[in-house]
Amino acid sequence: MPAGTLYRGREGMWSWVAHRVTGVLIFFFLFVHVLDTALVRVSPEAYDKVVATYKSPIVALLEYGLVAAILFHALNGLRVIAVDFWVKGARYQKQMLWTVVALWVVLMLGAIYPVLGHAARELFGS
Amino acid sequence: MSTTESTASGIGPVEGASVYTVDNPAPLIEAPRRRTKKTPKTTRGNFEMVAWLFMRLSGVVLVVLVIGHLLIQLVLDGGVSKIGFAFVAGRWASPFWQVWDLLMLWLAMLHGANGLRTVINDYAERANTRLWLKGLLYTATVFTILLGTLVIFTFDPNIR
Ligand code: HEM
Ligand code: HEM
Repeated sequence: MPAGTLYRGREGMWSWVAHRVTGVLIFFFLFVHVLDTALVRVSPEAYDKVVATYKSPIVALLEYGLVAAILFHALNGLRVIAVDFWVKGARYQKQMLWTVVALWVVLMLGAIYPVLGHAARELFGS
Repeated sequence: MSTTESTASGIGPVEGASVYTVDNPAPLIEAPRRRTKKTPKTTRGNFEMVAWLFMRLSGVVLVVLVIGHLLIQLVLDGGVSKIGFAFVAGRWASPFWQVWDLLMLWLAMLHGANGLRTVINDYAERANTRLWLKGLLYTATVFTILLGTLVIFTFDPNIR
């Protein structure tokens, strides 16, 4: 393996890997999502039956993961755009990445109750 | 880099004197990127540049559309629990949300498909593999965009 460079193995590379992985995951979700939404053209019962799976506790966890992927991809996407279009973007790319990560952590903490609350109520009663 | 010294006239210490004179001028070396009659015409236009720009412009719009969508579907008003046929019927009764969903569908699908095209180009090394993967990608993309558009435009709240 070649020695470390300014890019390889550093923040820039890992944020790029994460951006790529989340982008691909979201695309696959969207494909399935348009198919499940299309069931509204079949019958209300068919649609409600599939949407019921979205409400189960395990799928709620997947939804939390989807929110995590989208929030990272969106925030880091804005960082990539800033690097490309803002004159000082490249100089501050590392600081911007840590800002992205901090914002992401805060938003993910905030999303716990709204996204997972109903699953917790179902599992533990109340 | 250079170990030999050069004088102002570009003559190294080994040569001693210039081999070129007025009657025997140095050959003219063409600039490397110079366009000549032999330069092939570019056939691809600036598609890659337009695609690059599209990723950034659609990204900015998608932040609003997708995060707004997630807020509505997963956070506000009871989160996922409220979703059902009646909920969708209520939302698509408004042209505003129809346009919102339509724009989100087209932008996210085209943005994602173009992103996946890059990923395929990066990892599929055999020309044949690339061709098939991209064929599959474009087929799935066109199908999904058409289906989603059709569903929004033909939605019928009184289907039963
Ligand atoms: C788990 C999270 C999600 C839930 C529960 C959800 C729910 C829904 C619902 C109920 C609809 C029906 C129409 C409406 O109410 O607006 C819909 C449509 C749509 N959603 Fe989502 N959504 C989610 C995530 C996403 C994401 C991440 C994207 C984009 C990447 C997305 C893109 C779309 C599109 C494009 C449509 C229109 C589909 C069509 O044209 O048939 N959704 N979604
Ligand atoms: C939420 C707002 C979004 C923003 C701000 C955003 C931003 C970006 C940007 C700027 C790029 C180009 C990266 C580069 O050239 O290095 C990109 C790539 C990509 N995006 Fe998004 N995007 C968003 C939503 C989405 C959605 C909804 C999907 C899936 C349907 C998606 C899938 C992808 C993929 C697959 C790539 C290619 C990744 C790569 O080449 O490494 N993005 N995104």
